[in-house]
Amino acid sequence: MNVIESHITSYKTLGKVLIVLLLLTTITISVTSYNLKLWNVALALLIAGTKGYLVMTYFMHLKYENRIIRAFVIMVLLLFILIFVITFLDYLYR
Amino acid sequence: MVHSDETPGYVSYLDYKGKYTGIRAWILSTDHKRIGLLYLYAITTFFSVGAIMGLLMRIELIAPGQTIMGPQTYNGIFTVHGIIMVFMVVIPGLSVVFGNLFMPIMIGAKDVAFPRLNLFAWYVYMVGCCLAILSQILRHGPPDTGWTFYAPYSLQTGTNVIAATTAAFVLGFSSILTGLNFIVTIHRMRAPGMSFFRMPLFVWAIYATSWIQLLATPIIGITLMMLIMERLFNIGFFEPTLGGDPVLFQHLFWIYSHPAVYIMILPAMGVISEIIPTFSQKRIYGYRAIAFSSLAIAGVGYLIWGHHMFTSGMSLVAIWSFSLFTFIVAIPSAVKVFSWVGTMYKGSIDLKPPMLYALSFIFLFMIGGFSGLVLGGLATDIQVHDTAFVVAHFHYIVFGGMGYAFFGAVHYWFPKIYGKMYNIRRANIAWAMTFIGFNFLYFPQFILGMQGMPRRYFDYLPQFQTGEVISTIGGFVFTIGFIMMVYNLIMGFRKGEKAPANPWNGTTLEWTIPSPPSLENFEEMPVITTDPYNYK
Amino acid sequence: MEEKSSHHEEPRDDFAAKMGMWLFIFTELLLFAGLFLVYSVYRYMYPTLFHQAALELNVTIGSLNTVILLFSSMTVAMSLTAMQKNNRKLALIFLALTIFCALLFLINKYIEWGAKFSEGLYPGSELMLKLERGHLLFFSLYFFMTGLHALHIIIGMVILLIAFFKIKKGTLHIGKYMLLENGALYWHLVDLIWIFLFPLFYLIT
Repeated sequence: MNVIESHITSYKTLGKVLIVLLLLTTITISVTSYNLKLWNVALALLIAGTKGYLVMTYFMHLKYENRIIRAFVIMVLLLFILIFVITFLDYLYR
Repeated sequence: MVHSDETPGYVSYLDYKGKYTGIRAWILSTDHKRIGLLYLYAITTFFSVGAIMGLLMRIELIAPGQTIMGPQTYNGIFTVHGIIMVFMVVIPGLSVVFGNLFMPIMIGAKDVAFPRLNLFAWYVYMVGCCLAILSQILRHGPPDTGWTFYAPYSLQTGTNVIAATTAAFVLGFSSILTGLNFIVTIHRMRAPGMSFFRMPLFVWAIYATSWIQLLATPIIGITLMMLIMERLFNIGFFEPTLGGDPVLFQHLFWIYSHPAVYIMILPAMGVISEIIPTFSQKRIYGYRAIAFSSLAIAGVGYLIWGHHMFTSGMSLVAIWSFSLFTFIVAIPSAVKVFSWVGTMYKGSIDLKPPMLYALSFIFLFMIGGFSGLVLGGLATDIQVHDTAFVVAHFHYIVFGGMGYAFFGAVHYWFPKIYGKMYNIRRANIAWAMTFIGFNFLYFPQFILGMQGMPRRYFDYLPQFQTGEVISTIGGFVFTIGFIMMVYNLIMGFRKGEKAPANPWNGTTLEWTIPSPPSLENFEEMPVITTDPYNYK
Repeated sequence: MEEKSSHHEEPRDDFAAKMGMWLFIFTELLLFAGLFLVYSVYRYMYPTLFHQAALELNVTIGSLNTVILLFSSMTVAMSLTAMQKNNRKLALIFLALTIFCALLFLINKYIEWGAKFSEGLYPGSELMLKLERGHLLFFSLYFFMTGLHALHIIIGMVILLIAFFKIKKGTLHIGKYMLLENGALYWHLVDLIWIFLFPLFYLIT
């Protein structure tokens, strides 16, 4: 099946996403000057996660992609989280 | 409707003449059936080499002390035995041979989604195998770390660890490509009317397996890369004197290698789910249960890798969780066994060779599985970890499981692949010899292990000799049976009777096309209107 | 006996190619996941030493590289949009911009690493082995992860270059542009990995 793209992401949307990404980058850099202990890591990961979400949703077109691909992505992310958590069941409680 | 090979224009895929002739027609072919056979011949060869390694070990162990080799040689032999059997035979095994040969046909497709990628994956596999052979003959001597390459010894030993781990890395890449190909094939190329729940169970098994191949293999890939970097540049990840944690290597290693055992066993169970309905002439019992159990095994299988590491020093929380989930993963396997037995109940059982292998699979797999529960229990594991008990466990599960399913698959699909039939009586005798030999080879190992015989030791205390002798004799009996089996199949190929399209009265799509199939499998695209296994 | 022709001309399945690319992307994500796991474990074990070691990295170059990569992600997506609107010229311009950004990234990396090498800091160096264990692990991870990432930048560049020349030649066009779409996906993957690498190495001060 030849895919005649049903949805084309506009230049404007792509530009707007970049601006948000750059904003988030600025925030994550400036936050490092404050010492919030554990929250530093949490915030850094949260912001990185948001940036990743935006790249996947808009740049990689996931928002408009067939549901099956989205299901796959969620499955992989879940796997990644599980592996992390289980490994830390060892390191956290040694 | 069965298409006859008398249809005008029919040419078997074995005789098809395309762009190339001679050997190039085989090693440059993108036909999934020819690629399946290329894998079959390679794997049979490597299995034989690995088996010879095994026999050499058995000869060494027939008496305490040095019998035919010293400790360094022995360490090298059990390492290469593991590398060959795990990475070159059992992990690719059923997937690349029968997945390639029959999965597309079973869904009504004419090939896989990416035929050229399929051929490329075979070349990558062969390169990996050559690298593994190289690791045996290069200057610094064969690796002596075991196929598990544990740090810190694998960082310190002077042997060809880098060559061997590179080989495993390359073989992993081949596995990933095949998994990718099969997933897309199953999603995109099913014939009209073949919904997911009308697919044969072998296809479900290949589907679940392909996901594990895709998602777990990269982890071993990066781990082996880390090992290589550490040997070359002392990066310190796993070396305690540099601040690293050797247990972290074990975590990373088993995060792949545990799901890898499901790569081995899921297609095997898929084969059994095909053979049992055919030789019971009855619809499979619990189709959806079996389908979902394949997915469940694949999923839960990712969460239990630590059961290989109970004595490594992990936290109590970790070992409790790993033990708990290890017991849970046994449940979907039990669902399958129950369904198979339920299928046979009130069926019209025909004890042809494929069925003999399928039934012995169930017996051997259950012994292996129950012994797995002993290993999964924390207190009992302490006693038997790193003993011959573990060796018996995994040989029952992998060899008795995947191996017997492989033999069963060969005997089941042989007439379809080659259009010839083998001698049934000789096949039965060969089966009996292998079955008897197998049990004498491995059952004593359970007892020896409980009595304290360690694994990977070339020497032992005299009290273990009786068990070791029985085991060695069993090994040779098995080998005689195996040689008989192969001889019988080769004779069948060369001089066997012509086989009909559907010798066993099966109901899945491969039995509706000629034996052997034509190049593109189907004259016209099949349209599916019923469930598989629709026996009256 | 009449010979069958080779595989029938079947309608091309572009979605299958896209699905295949996504599946491949998953394997790359999991490849790096192993390294992120190692990073997390050792950061957990050596928090202070990691923090100290991070001070040695140049946040300016790191931030610049982040901006370059984010921008290049936008330009490659715009290149795809242009192709889908049958604007060949614009597609080429955006693609060229993307490749140029990739080059800039690599040059920055070269400067960064060059600075470290000249201080005697490189995998296997005498200085490395003399460092505090937490510092050693930080820099081992730094070189390994940014090195592997740079390798993927190069691979991505090659794919995009091939797409570029195919567009110029006319073999990549509005009726057949999967290579561009999949190449763009691969490029976004490379960006995605850096989005996590950047804060974890440069911003833990």
